[in-house]
Amino acid sequence: MTAPAIALAGIDKRFGEVHANRSVNLDVAAGTIHGIVGENGAGKSTLMSILYGFYEADAGEIRVGGRQVRIASPRDAITAGIGMVHQHFMLVDTLSVVDNVMLGAEGGWLLGPGAAAVRARLAALARDYGLAIDPDALVGSLPVGLQQRVELLKALVRGARVLILDEPTAVLTPDEADALFRLLRTLAAEGKTVVLITHKLREIMAVTDRVSVMRRGEMVATVDTSTTTPAALAELMVGRRVLLRVDKPPVTPGPVRLEARDLVVRDARGTVRVDGVSLTVRGGEIVGIAGIAGNGQSELLDALAGIAPVAGGTILLDGEALGPADRDPRLLRGRGLLHVPEDRLRSGLVPPFEACESAMLGFAAEPRYGAGLLLDPDAIEGAMSRAMDDYDIRPRDPRLKTAKFSGGNQQKIVLSREIERGPRVLLVGQPTRGVDIGAIEFIHRRLVALRDAGVAILLVSVELEEITALADRILVMCGGRITGERLPDATDERDLGLLMAGVSERAA
Amino acid sequence: MSAPIEMPRWADLALVPAVAVAAAFVVAGLVVLAIGENPLVATGLLLRGALGSGEGIGFTLYYATNFIFTGLAVAVAFHAGLFNIGGEGQATLGGLGATLLCLQFEALPAVLLVPLGILASSAFGALWAFLPAWLQARRGSHIVITTIMFNMLASALIAYLLVEHLARPGSMAPESRGFSAAAHVPFVHDVLAALGLPAPKSPLNLSFVLALACALGVWVLIWRTRLGYAIRTVGANPAAARYGGIDIPRITIIAMLVSGALAGLVAVNEIMGVQHRLLLEFTAGSGFIGIAVALMGRGHPVGIVLAALLFGVLFQGGTELAFDRPAISRDMIVTISGLVILFAGALDGLFRRPLAALLRRSG
Repeated sequence: MTAPAIALAGIDKRFGEVHANRSVNLDVAAGTIHGIVGENGAGKSTLMSILYGFYEADAGEIRVGGRQVRIASPRDAITAGIGMVHQHFMLVDTLSVVDNVMLGAEGGWLLGPGAAAVRARLAALARDYGLAIDPDALVGSLPVGLQQRVELLKALVRGARVLILDEPTAVLTPDEADALFRLLRTLAAEGKTVVLITHKLREIMAVTDRVSVMRRGEMVATVDTSTTTPAALAELMVGRRVLLRVDKPPVTPGPVRLEARDLVVRDARGTVRVDGVSLTVRGGEIVGIAGIAGNGQSELLDALAGIAPVAGGTILLDGEALGPADRDPRLLRGRGLLHVPEDRLRSGLVPPFEACESAMLGFAAEPRYGAGLLLDPDAIEGAMSRAMDDYDIRPRDPRLKTAKFSGGNQQKIVLSREIERGPRVLLVGQPTRGVDIGAIEFIHRRLVALRDAGVAILLVSVELEEITALADRILVMCGGRITGERLPDATDERDLGLLMAGVSERAA
Repeated sequence: MSAPIEMPRWADLALVPAVAVAAAFVVAGLVVLAIGENPLVATGLLLRGALGSGEGIGFTLYYATNFIFTGLAVAVAFHAGLFNIGGEGQATLGGLGATLLCLQFEALPAVLLVPLGILASSAFGALWAFLPAWLQARRGSHIVITTIMFNMLASALIAYLLVEHLARPGSMAPESRGFSAAAHVPFVHDVLAALGLPAPKSPLNLSFVLALACALGVWVLIWRTRLGYAIRTVGANPAAARYGGIDIPRITIIAMLVSGALAGLVAVNEIMGVQHRLLLEFTAGSGFIGIAVALMGRGHPVGIVLAALLFGVLFQGGTELAFDRPAISRDMIVTISGLVILFAGALDGLFRRPLAALLRRSG
């Protein structure tokens, strides 16, 4: 019997009080696609970061192809034949594809020979796997699907025999995701080994041979995919039965709370990112905006929240047009317009701050945090402790650094902060990105409860399932424009996919 | 991407700076060795000069006073993500403010004149920080560049004013006339003598107490006020600050005003406390030492006071050392402080990583 491509034994890792991996064992057979699922904070990313050399394990051993190796840095991992496609690409936007692929493996003082070799390899890979790409294109100018291809090519050019993919489909359309899965199958058939980290059980079922489930730092099960079901996996992940659909009682929408008319938003470089968008959101209604990431949804949210300047058009809150002076996040908060931002670490939280300090971002002026100019540390900590109980934020340490919480728990910090203030209008961006199933269920229930209570919710998500499950109306954005409007019952993934790809709307 | 380096708080705050200082001393020792002196003897002389007598301690604390002010100044700006290199110029302008006020109102009693002088020092320091801050906040001009340029402008301005307007009539010396006694910040040895405790004479004056009060004030400001929260948010994550509705240009300007005001207080120690008149180059590089102090103190007032004391020891001990061993010039202190900046600031990770690994293994 051949040795497994990857064998992890007794991997243990702590971050301060957080026990991220508890003597984890994992065998991945060569030439297979192995899925790893688990709630966020379950330790999947930590485990893969250890395998790729971002962290070193406190204990345990790693064998690659039967040989014990020490992986202290990504360089060691690459030498051992391990490649990784990160969820957040590790690419230099201003360099060409060739330069990016060559980066870190230039092979000598002169770039010429190395670049020529990389070109040849790229051509070969394009031929063998259909991974065509313009080697001279600037990476920053490529669509996000092709950027991911560059990441993949980077690993393959370096001779990776084991590929780790971290949430690879988060940025892809359903069609692109299918193409990626076909490619992974081809690679596996040729003897390469693929480790796929995802939280989408549908993908696990569709593409993997075996699947391992992690929960709270432990590896709780490894099973053949053909012998399991999504419900069984979900149960293993959270340790109890979960509801994958949200119960949504019918609600008659109230008056229009938020309205945009011909809204135009430019980015810092002056490029038009939102191109004449008009929409309305009523009280007691969730309006979902579907679209592939990067089609203007982020800029739309930022403009509505008063963060990004408006280049044209009008925003109305409760029927009243907002002038430039009104479009200040602080004033808008005061008027009940709250915002769960898309990228919690970039803008929703302050990673080096204690959790309780991040939990008052935007609301530090409230008297509950202390009288006059002074802040009261006990009051700040107390408010966070209560929120941690209400929202089941773990670990329950208000003074732990924000960056040390898992994605799902960070998201709960943001949600608790915004929801607790009793919003009248709630802007929500990617509420469950990188969030585990248990927390997704929790977040979805909270959003629906807010809607039932009459809050106007504008939901931006790249997860079609999330949009169709939550939204009362769906708008699709592509290239900064609204390309269509659908009711969730009167559409399907294919229909929405076409709109997301910018195929013009068929006659209704 | 590099993994965050995990270590206990005490190691982060005390061990890493201590190792950096030790490394700076080892390298400085090699330099001493290279010029044919015994580094151990030199270290002994340095420590005895700084701490071996009441007078030495007085001088050490007097130097440290300047470094506490400038270290705090750099730290406050740094918490807002701003690198204020302009402490030197802001301190210089503080001297101008103190001088103009003390000469203009020299008839006032000390209880009024000293506090007003303190206010004038900080106000002028803040004013000199305001323009770079405004340019940064509203025009995006990089604060490092503008504050460096403002150092030069300050030095030229003071030279011009001293020569053309403030110098005593008939005197060639570029210095103002002396202040009235009411403008003098009392010397510590005078205060102690009045309390019946004889102490050797030194330039140490009550500005040291002001410096400690400022350290406490900065701690309260940064960690216990809403303004401090806004300052730290802007420094740690500007995108989050924007999302949170914090007016970033406003916070930038406020942080720089506080920073400049703190730097301006150097004049209280030097001009009102010791020199009792305005003269050229009275700041003697305190503004730049403040950068090293803030880096070593990791932006925390307690660390800054400790680092300022260390530099006070270096300055006073180094002077004694240069006096005792002419082969070792006063430039040695510049070398050592340069090395401390190098090890504590620029090469911080050099010791952090191995120390973290060591602690993990032993823990």
